[in-house]
Amino acid sequence: MSEKKLFVKTMAELAAEGKTPEILFWVGCAGSFDARAQKITRAFCKVLHNAGVSFGILGTEESCTGDPARRAGNEFVFQMLALQNIQTLNAYEVEKIVTACPHCFNTIKNEYPELGGNYEVLHHTQLLRKLIEEGRIKVAPGDKDTKITYHDSCYLGRVNNEYEAPRKVIDSLNMDFKELKRSRANGLCCGAGGAQMFKEDEPGDKRVNTERVEEALGEDPNIILANCPFCITMLSDGLKEKDKQEDVMVYDLTELIVKNNNW
Amino acid sequence: MCADFTEWLYISPQNDNAPPMEVGQIVFIIILALTFGFAFFKYREIINTILLAKKVDLEGPVSSRFKNLFLVAFGQKKMFKNFLPAIFHLFIYVAFLITQIKLIEIIIDGVAGSHRILAEPLGGFYTFVVSFIEILSVLAFVATLVFLYRRNLLTIPRFNKAEMTRWPKLDANIILLAELVLLVGIFSYNGADIVLQQMGVAGYPDTGALVVSSVMGPLLFGGFDQSTLIFIEKAGWWIHILAVFGFIVYLPYSKHLHIFFAFPNTWFAKLRPRGRMENMPEIMNEVKSMMGIGEAEEPAGDMEDIPEFGAKDIFDMDRINLLGAFSCTECGRCTAACPASITGKKLSPRKIVMDIRDRAEEVSAKLKSGDKKYIREDKREEDEKLTPENFDDGRSLFDYISSEELHACTTCNACVEACPILIDPMEPILKMRRYEILTLSSGPSDWMPMFTSLENNASPWQMSDERDKWKEDLD
Repeated sequence: MSEKKLFVKTMAELAAEGKTPEILFWVGCAGSFDARAQKITRAFCKVLHNAGVSFGILGTEESCTGDPARRAGNEFVFQMLALQNIQTLNAYEVEKIVTACPHCFNTIKNEYPELGGNYEVLHHTQLLRKLIEEGRIKVAPGDKDTKITYHDSCYLGRVNNEYEAPRKVIDSLNMDFKELKRSRANGLCCGAGGAQMFKEDEPGDKRVNTERVEEALGEDPNIILANCPFCITMLSDGLKEKDKQEDVMVYDLTELIVKNNNW
Repeated sequence: MCADFTEWLYISPQNDNAPPMEVGQIVFIIILALTFGFAFFKYREIINTILLAKKVDLEGPVSSRFKNLFLVAFGQKKMFKNFLPAIFHLFIYVAFLITQIKLIEIIIDGVAGSHRILAEPLGGFYTFVVSFIEILSVLAFVATLVFLYRRNLLTIPRFNKAEMTRWPKLDANIILLAELVLLVGIFSYNGADIVLQQMGVAGYPDTGALVVSSVMGPLLFGGFDQSTLIFIEKAGWWIHILAVFGFIVYLPYSKHLHIFFAFPNTWFAKLRPRGRMENMPEIMNEVKSMMGIGEAEEPAGDMEDIPEFGAKDIFDMDRINLLGAFSCTECGRCTAACPASITGKKLSPRKIVMDIRDRAEEVSAKLKSGDKKYIREDKREEDEKLTPENFDDGRSLFDYISSEELHACTTCNACVEACPILIDPMEPILKMRRYEILTLSSGPSDWMPMFTSLENNASPWQMSDERDKWKEDLD
């Protein structure tokens, strides 16, 4: 697939061509700016492309959804960002959104309606599941001896009650999967939520991500899978702290699909 | 001596020519009246305290409220996330519920001076109900012992956090010991009764073979003389009913209030999606008018008071927050699941909930005192009476809950998920964060550059790159 360069168009560009894409890919701040999360963004674009899903992005017209501001307590900043986004989305008459960030997913899905933004919102694992089940993508079986485990993000799992979609995707990878002890509704936070990502931990015995990584290392995996760019940062940092960054990899589900398929 | 005491204690069942009212009856009626009189005022006081907080518009279908009430409160659904404590708790809970049927007879007997007035009319059904209660009571007895053991001899982390100071621990043990006393009362009352029936003593109608007491009674009390047996039977009866009355009076001061409040708490629990924080329409409308969108809202009334946003005190919480605080049993499942608490931070969701109740009780007591020193300074001259509107004791929830605790929350909802009776410990934390940021303009220093960046760059990071620069590396 790499012989042809993949172009991702903005909604503005598509609108100028008179086109309406199947879905809007909400990239999010981490997916846009964080070097690690950018890889996930690109991987997800590849999956969409290979599945033949027509999609657009907002590009420079996208703003933070406001999640960290709202949860930090700054409702003014949240409302400013959210209302601006809703104006943009409504101007393009967007109906369907997919995002690779559970925080963006949660805010657009659950908080924007009260502010006048009503869309069908999917987390990328939900879309991946759908694409796999509809046969729009075929996942090449992975290495059966690679041990993988999965970290539930709070905002996809406990908050939005989606535990199955990522696990269906994991099944399709056909690798040696083992659950963490604290999983699904009992999943332990990575420590980034509620705008913790943007501050130091409060004083305590250890960081939250350290606790989670210690638990994951207990399962002796080769790969820890996640579905959230912030979880991925936290888990990677935790592994570095344990000097395990060479032995254990942290991936988004999308990345393993791309890897297995050699896209 | 026993016989004399029994005479005093209770109407003698074999004495048909007794005066219409015996001393025991009068004492019973007085205690009954005092208990319910006290309970009426005390429970009304708690409800009025909850009403000090903001009114909530209930949203969502009533069918979901019924579902929560039946599955979560009556059905104990969420308790069964942890099987062992759940099953023992279930024994005590079901025993408590079913014993209330028997309480009807006990109260009639107490007032009328009768003895097991329902035994003869109900016949076999009476035997069945009382036997059923006896089985549950045995199970409850075992469960209570297990709970005492778990609390006092095992080191279960959630029973030993910083907020579990002397009183919360004592409170838990008082309740468990009172339960044991109550159960000992039931079995003395039934056991001695069986032996008296077997001896053919007049006034002791046939109850049929009660499943536990017909074995235990003769085993424990067989061979005792009649007056001792009557004493044991009466004493058991009194111990049981006094323990019940004691519970009613004690509960308003105790964490054990959940046996009543868990039901309304599951009913009133908010049905909105977990991921949806409560909207702040006043801010939304202001931002809308700043951006020149939406219908022109009328400027928010007279602006003589600087508006306060978020929650500083219980008055700024809503009634569901306060109902939750009074419903909390301090079981600590929330704290055991909290990532901040697990990693040794100061935050404990249970403490937040306990603090809200403590503060609510403090405010309530001060309001009740009517002391004019609690009138807000600028109103002290003009206002005659202390009211919730002019109340200011110079304290707030921030005297109970520190910023450090508030700042440690990751909003992961583990505490919300963990609570067996649908208390939301997270919402008050976020309301207090709003007060810090929006009203006090304070907060973690790390957040200030984040806010600035969000305002200027629409991203939490200060980035000079274009938002879609990642496209350049697509292959």
